[in-house]
Amino acid sequence: METSRDDFIIAIRSAFLQKGNKQRFSLIGLIFFSILILTLEKFNFKAIDYLKISLKEIVYRSAFIVSAPENFIFKTYSNIESHFNIYKKYEDTKAELKELKAQKSIDPFVVAENKKLKKLVNNYFIDSNAIIAKVLIDKKSPFFRSVIINKGSKNYIKLGMVVLDNNYLVGKIVEVNYMTSRVLLLSDLNSKIPVIIEPGSIQSILSGTGKNHGVLQYLKENYPSENKSIVYTSGSGGLFKPGIPIGVLNSLEIEDKSIINFFSNFSQLEFVEIQSFNKEEY
Amino acid sequence: MGKFKSKNFFRAIIKNIPIILLFVSVLNEFDFNYLGLSYFSFDFPFILIFYWSLIKNESLGYGFIFIAGMINDVVVGLPIGISSMSYLFICVFASYLRNITLRPSLIKDWIFFLFTIFFIKSLMHLLLVLFFSFELNYIILITNLFFTFLMYYFLSHLFRLYSKIAFGNLYD
Repeated sequence: METSRDDFIIAIRSAFLQKGNKQRFSLIGLIFFSILILTLEKFNFKAIDYLKISLKEIVYRSAFIVSAPENFIFKTYSNIESHFNIYKKYEDTKAELKELKAQKSIDPFVVAENKKLKKLVNNYFIDSNAIIAKVLIDKKSPFFRSVIINKGSKNYIKLGMVVLDNNYLVGKIVEVNYMTSRVLLLSDLNSKIPVIIEPGSIQSILSGTGKNHGVLQYLKENYPSENKSIVYTSGSGGLFKPGIPIGVLNSLEIEDKSIINFFSNFSQLEFVEIQSFNKEEY
Repeated sequence: MGKFKSKNFFRAIIKNIPIILLFVSVLNEFDFNYLGLSYFSFDFPFILIFYWSLIKNESLGYGFIFIAGMINDVVVGLPIGISSMSYLFICVFASYLRNITLRPSLIKDWIFFLFTIFFIKSLMHLLLVLFFSFELNYIILITNLFFTFLMYYFLSHLFRLYSKIAFGNLYD
């Protein structure tokens, strides 16, 4: 009994301390070093911030180059797939265009009416500045749903800026480096956004699920929802401009939570628009 | 002379494929999920590090593993040092298994690998939730662990084949 315990201790000690023939660093030393870095990061040690910033600048660029062959294969595959679906897409587009043409005739009247009403209630218009950025890394991980873009503080990117894809909201800036930034996607578990469901003007919070859809939280029971209702940003809290389209309400529910299918396909992001909104008083 | 040099270069590349693969995988974060299967993901670096630390310890240097972990943290967006720590712990487990093993067997390694990743991932997630206030989807993490465990069996056959080509003998 005593011998087997000794054997276990010897094997453990050897596993931690034996450097091996061609190993330059000891395992235990490196483990302690990584724990030290983690601890310093937890307490926001300045030197670790500098290390992180320099690492990010190098790694993001290198990752973009290394991912190029895989991205090429993936793009080729989706191109071939879309060629096969072209006829069905054409039919869908034709039907959609017919609907949009009918809608278009009402739009100028609605916009004019909206401006008039805003003046009446003494509201403000929102002036926006847009920056176009290329997506460098868009890899999914079990922890995060985020993408890295090629614009940073050098291009006046700031924390909390809104990220759009064809006028649809995709996320917000959560990390800014000198030449790169990280965008937290709406699908991330940590993403929580105040939204409004139209028609009905129902206020709610859209939460990410880690998958390709979001769920609505803090909704009243039996709220008058319609299938295909559109979800927009509500502008509550002042983080986002109100009225940015996000997605459409799905008829399905998971654990009594309404599902939102995002308008934008987060796995196909190539270029995104980063916007900052300023209140323009008149 | 040129031919001799290029032959040596090619040989060096072949012999260093594990370390090249490790860096490419952490920079690329590839999950091989081209069919878009929901929940399918696995940790390729975990498999690579465990296998090579167990079979041919010197093919992946601890220093390189530490740097690869730091790169992984930056790409994925995790606190710096957490992946390095988990990768190095994999080396500890692999080294322990190597020390106690008299007759190597893939099935035993595979079972031990399950225990290893279960322990390391639990530790990693515990640190992320308790100290860094991360919100995690446990279903995704459990399926990731399951697929990592499954893929070890298939990838170890591939690595074994490569090892025979590059190094001739497997266990030395």
